[in-house]
Amino acid sequence: MPELIRLTIDGRSVEVEPGTLVIEAARRVGVKIPSFCYYEGLSLAGACRMCLVEVEKMPKLQTACTLVATPGMVVRTDTPQVAEARRAMVEFLLTNHPLDCPVCDKGGECELQDMAFRYGAAESRYLEAKHHVPEQQWSPVVFYDRPRCILCYRCVRVCDEGMGVGALGVVNRGGRSEIAPNRGDHLECDECGACIDICPVGALTSGMYRYQTRPWEMNHVGTICAFCADGCKTTLGVYHDRIMRGNNRDRSGLNGEFLCIKGRYAADFPHHPARLSRPLVRQDGELRPASWLEALSLVEARLREALAAGSPIGVIGSNHTTNEENYFLQKFARQWLKTNHLDHQRTGDVPALASALAGREGTLASTEDLYTARAVLVVGADLAQQHPLLSWQIRANWRHHRARIYVVTTGPVREDRYAARSVRVEPGGELEGLLALAEALRAEPDLVILFGDAIQGEDVARLVAFGDSLGIPVKYVCLVDYANSRGAADMGLLPDLGPGYQPLERPGMTLEEMLECPDLAVLWVVGANPLIGRQRPPSRFLLVQDLFLTETARLADVVLPAASAYEKDGTVTNVCGEVQRLRKVVAVAGVKTDLEIFSLLACRMGFQKDPVGWETVLREIADAVPGYRLSVPALLAGAPQRTHFASQASSSRRGKVRSARDTLFTSGTLGRFATILSQVREAPGALYRG
Amino acid sequence: MKFSEQTEARLARLIESRPPGHLRSALVPMLLFIQDEVGAITPEVVEEVCQRLGVSRRDVEEVVSYYSMLRRKPAGRYHIQICTNISCMLVGGAELFEHACRKLGIGHHGVTEDGMFSLEEVECIGACCWGPAMQVNYDYHHHVTPEVFDRLIEQLRDNGGKARER
Repeated sequence: MPELIRLTIDGRSVEVEPGTLVIEAARRVGVKIPSFCYYEGLSLAGACRMCLVEVEKMPKLQTACTLVATPGMVVRTDTPQVAEARRAMVEFLLTNHPLDCPVCDKGGECELQDMAFRYGAAESRYLEAKHHVPEQQWSPVVFYDRPRCILCYRCVRVCDEGMGVGALGVVNRGGRSEIAPNRGDHLECDECGACIDICPVGALTSGMYRYQTRPWEMNHVGTICAFCADGCKTTLGVYHDRIMRGNNRDRSGLNGEFLCIKGRYAADFPHHPARLSRPLVRQDGELRPASWLEALSLVEARLREALAAGSPIGVIGSNHTTNEENYFLQKFARQWLKTNHLDHQRTGDVPALASALAGREGTLASTEDLYTARAVLVVGADLAQQHPLLSWQIRANWRHHRARIYVVTTGPVREDRYAARSVRVEPGGELEGLLALAEALRAEPDLVILFGDAIQGEDVARLVAFGDSLGIPVKYVCLVDYANSRGAADMGLLPDLGPGYQPLERPGMTLEEMLECPDLAVLWVVGANPLIGRQRPPSRFLLVQDLFLTETARLADVVLPAASAYEKDGTVTNVCGEVQRLRKVVAVAGVKTDLEIFSLLACRMGFQKDPVGWETVLREIADAVPGYRLSVPALLAGAPQRTHFASQASSSRRGKVRSARDTLFTSGTLGRFATILSQVREAPGALYRG
Repeated sequence: MKFSEQTEARLARLIESRPPGHLRSALVPMLLFIQDEVGAITPEVVEEVCQRLGVSRRDVEEVVSYYSMLRRKPAGRYHIQICTNISCMLVGGAELFEHACRKLGIGHHGVTEDGMFSLEEVECIGACCWGPAMQVNYDYHHHVTPEVFDRLIEQLRDNGGKARER
């Protein structure tokens, strides 16, 4: 532990670690130094001059955001000179800034507005005409309004450093300076919108939210993003039961301020015009709207018939539904429908990892571990496309801690740019490619290995054996595709494994087998689209629960309109095995959550007396699923809860594992119904050109 | 893009003189050397510089738009820069600039029809002791009165002037 440095700020004594900036030291003793360009975690700019402070024995005012604390330093932020400097800076920033706050998207949550309120002057001496430039649209997502820009360069830095994209630059000089996109008049980038959220003023605005509503008119609900498996917290702004925007400007959740385009702008799918709002039943070959009563009665009758005849029933679960729904569905199938024909679309071989690591403590990497590990190895995955948060974490680790990154992939990935070693292999050659890195990895103090679907089955055990052979602590992440892919596996939506990867005596049919089996009396598909590009399966009755009339739903005998992740409460488990709370954000008329549907059916069929809520099922999970004994109060308070694999966890020997290889701008079937997401489809791969 | 032997040699020296990992610091001199030969920073030049230094197009655009001595369009054969900053202005720099405009029939950033001369009003060029001062390509001219200016223009037009060809 290095010796602490003692300094005085506004008469208050404070001790800080060497290298601490004065602006941070001041925060520790409750002294707020105003700033625009300073942003924790990004490089220093010293551009806005808002944080000027007086320091004893220094002739001029100093910028607190670039000044490193030294022993005995005496800093004052409350002198008339500092107040005058701040007032002058605000006046200067306002010379060309338009006073269009009444219509500006940022009005009410604008840092310049707040600064002018606190530190500015009521009158401006500026009489000249303001320099005006028309606003520009750079992409369906990003708009730029030059006159509002105060040139703090936060957007340039977050794109360069945080995202590793570098799509924004500063052109021209002095009063004519402006932010410019990388393709002349438009952007070609991740379209993540980080630049928009980090903008302290209304210079960068989003295509989804601009001129739609006012910040104070919305309810802001923090929930978990419905798309990829990284489990980012997104705070959705809701106005009149409509999601207006997503952001995470308060930097809460395991993702801090990070969100990709899906977390920020893909939250429009609940309001898509094609959304189902009434049950559909097939009559004379056509699907027609029906009441819930009629549709549920029909389903009940078919299930009763199948049970009475002892005919097999198949169930295909979802990568998007909550842990409670997945658990309840497997209970419904196994306990009440007496079937083990249960599966979901598997995108990563989690059971194989569970079995390889069974009984070992602390071998699953958390999202945080990716930021703190000394070395990270990425095997067979394009993280920037498929797991943008994990990519962000690793990049931040490299920037802040000089972590060494190793890559084994079949093609170029963003991590190459800062990797200590990148190994290119032929598809299928990933495990062999690792061997080239063995010596370098042995020299590392610790390591996190992330692997995609290229490593599955027996290869997972081989990968873990390789990790063991290095003689250093190794943690793992098995990459999966969707919001609750990990939860679906953990809850036992598998033909040969129950909750917590407990082996079953009589394994059931896999997803593929169910789709081919002519004997199935009922095939029940929940929130999945396995029939895309396929014929109707030979099962006698096809029941589908989904948000939209998907390719699978079109072939169904009964379609039940389900609520999306943004319309329900519950928990989901992210790719790193962290459980987080999903919160109901909006209500959509006519739909029911999958848990409601299961529960209503169970009541009708006499399996239970009263419908259950998600909290009841969560308690049941804690008792029944090994590794899921979580702190519920902490979970409810929003803290991610880590799970672990049980000591008897077993590998699944049956079924197919395949990642959908989504890009930043696709997300299976759900992605097709996110309007903005489908408007900005940059060609994957083009992002790697300079 | 391929440049003359002489320019290529200058560029090679430039790159050799950078410490490893600091290639991008060669950006400004490289742009100037290439501009001397090509006459302007064309989109092809930007692309070429990106390739040679391994920087992004954005990095080059930032620099080109910042420095006024880097041009997007070719200047005249003789590029005349007249200082109107304080010291020169006090001894007739502004009048000299106005005279030059009338004489050449062009304004700030203009090029004569024959492509011989171009004119630019610039800030201090570091010749305050000898104002009014102006620069023709890389050559300095001191104590420039309208008469001196006219004489110089005639000389240059006859190609008898001492200004180096770019």
